[in-house]
Amino acid sequence: MKILVCISHVPDTTSKINFTDNDTKFDANGVQFVINPNDEFGLTRAMWFKEKQGANVTVVNVGGAETEPTLRKALAIGADAAIRVNTAATDGFSVAKQLANVVKEGGYDLVIAGRESIDYNGGMVPGMIAGLVDSNFVNNCIGLEIEGTTVKAVREIDGGKETLTTELPLVIGGQKGLVEESDLKIPNMRGIMMARQKPLTVVEPVEAIAETNATKFEKPAPKGAVKLVSADNLDELVNLLHNEAKVI
Amino acid sequence: MSVLVYTESEQGKFKKVAFEVASYAKAVADQLGTSVTAVAVNVEDTSALANYGVDKVLSVKNPVLDVFNAKVYADVIKQAADKESSQVVILSSSANSKYLAPLLAVHLNAGYASNVVALPSNTSPFTVKRTAFTNKAFEFMQINTAIKIIGLSNNSFGLVESSGNATSEAFSPSITESGIKVESVDKVTGKVAIADADIVVSGGRGLKGPENWGMIEELADVLGAATACSKPVSDMGWRPHGEHVGQTGKPVAANLYIAIGISGAIQHLAGINASKVKVVINIDPEAPFFKAADYGVVGDAFEVVPNLIEKLKAFKAQQ
Ligand SMILES: Cc1cc2nc3c(=O)[nH]c(=O)nc-3n(C[C@H](O)[C@H](O)[C@H](O)COP(=O)(O)OP(=O)(O)OC[C@H]3O[C@@H](n4cnc5c(N)ncnc54)[C@H](O)[C@@H]3O)c2cc1C
Ligand SMILES: Nc1ncnc2c1ncn2[C@@H]1O[C@H](COP(=O)(O)O)[C@@H](O)[C@H]1O
Repeated sequence: MKILVCISHVPDTTSKINFTDNDTKFDANGVQFVINPNDEFGLTRAMWFKEKQGANVTVVNVGGAETEPTLRKALAIGADAAIRVNTAATDGFSVAKQLANVVKEGGYDLVIAGRESIDYNGGMVPGMIAGLVDSNFVNNCIGLEIEGTTVKAVREIDGGKETLTTELPLVIGGQKGLVEESDLKIPNMRGIMMARQKPLTVVEPVEAIAETNATKFEKPAPKGAVKLVSADNLDELVNLLHNEAKVI
Repeated sequence: MSVLVYTESEQGKFKKVAFEVASYAKAVADQLGTSVTAVAVNVEDTSALANYGVDKVLSVKNPVLDVFNAKVYADVIKQAADKESSQVVILSSSANSKYLAPLLAVHLNAGYASNVVALPSNTSPFTVKRTAFTNKAFEFMQINTAIKIIGLSNNSFGLVESSGNATSEAFSPSITESGIKVESVDKVTGKVAIADADIVVSGGRGLKGPENWGMIEELADVLGAATACSKPVSDMGWRPHGEHVGQTGKPVAANLYIAIGISGAIQHLAGINASKVKVVINIDPEAPFFKAADYGVVGDAFEVVPNLIEKLKAFKAQQ
């Protein structure tokens, strides 16, 4: 089984978010970048398929050379090879188009992407890849088992979960639950050394026109001070929630 | 030309979110000077949509559609959009809508903006405001394609009633092969789902152990709320994963979010910040959550929560 894991390179979850160029560009200054958390769950699940079922795992990113440390980290975690599509990630559609091309060229059986990236939160790349290559698609995937070409997947739904069966080729939008938090892999010294020997191929992009573009960013308005209510006066809290906030 | 809106239902009845997306679609249609067509799947009585500005309902009835399938549903909506020559297609932010939206976008060659929180700020070029960086910022996104898909963030527009008449038309799209079979659906009955909830009551590590969740559930019960938790609480197995909210868990955009024994770490706040009103109950006055909340009680949850339950019961009894 050939697996492609799509890795989005995103600001660490603790990052302060700022913009430059008159609020039109994300300010990467001083920001630590990491593997998108949803992709980390997917990558760890891919490692399981590699260890238990002999799968071959390639990781891919669409982005500039600055994303290579993130791909190296994925190699150190255990992926066999990495691909970087050499173009700036503009919108979800154009990224999906690049990734769909990688999928077609490489003949992958399973594409693991994340439910959403924590930077632009598009929540669209995996579904668009599936639409573009016409394969099966499971979003919000929290369980995945594969025997031959038969897939059993679990999808999180609003208020519960759903068990599905389908066939490879498949694209998933993965998230926490795909593996346990405690099973997430951290690169060790040996992995980091081995990653240096593994191939990181840079491929040039195919033509893809962005369908959307960000024109401006804005930070949420600063919050007013909290209204404190004494623990002995909870009637007041009920009163405020009813009469002032009008939420109960 | 029209604005098309997919109005979701469950067991033959519209979900509340259907009326919110319909209200929003009506406002967008007014901006564009056009009308609103809704797609409803297996809904017995669609007349309620007229109260939210829908002009025409394409009513699809087919037992195959009783089970949700993203590919099949995306194809049904595509056929409706083609038939109506829709310029704008509006969806909610439910798990199902977010599942089908990118498939629909590919098939309609449409640009898709998810997590949209306001009416288009401009219709030419078509520009919408959406959340990005997990609620740490807003993005103004221009959609450059002929057809635009908008995924509206829950509770961001609200319900806007408008009187009118909606004509209902039977619509029989062709049904595609799906490739995916739903074997079983596992839904906790009698509980409000976080995504559908107006109020969410959430507990953190300050509650000390799973055995103490009785009061959280009781508080949620009194308020008709969903229950949620912080990440460590689900990691430790005190609560199911499905209740984990935050940047790496479920997003919450409720009208009221009550955080009990939760410190307010940046990753937690990012996921729940889209909620309108936030209440924090924490024993530590220095807890960062107090900086993000609207109302706060400094106190021991084991005293405050049972007390608050009594006060709320008394309040509800008077209503
Ligand atoms: C990559 C990454 C992603 C993450 N994603 C998420 C996420 O999506 N969601 C999330 O929640 N976290 C997330 N976290 C974890 C986050 O950083 C915090 O560790 C977590 O939110 C803390 O949970 P907590 O507030 O329940 O626990 P704690 O931080 O331990 O806080 C417990 C609070 O309870 C209070 N308390 C104690 N006793 C009482 C009492 N008797 N009455 C009232 N209050 C009491 C304490 O004062 C304290 O403020 C993430 C972390 C990382 C690194
Ligand atoms: N530039 C990118 N390169 C590789 N994969 C990406 C990229 N952007 C998004 N993805 C994948 O698509 C998922 C969803 O991203 P998004 O649609 O942007 O929310 C991510 O979790 C990644 O798996």
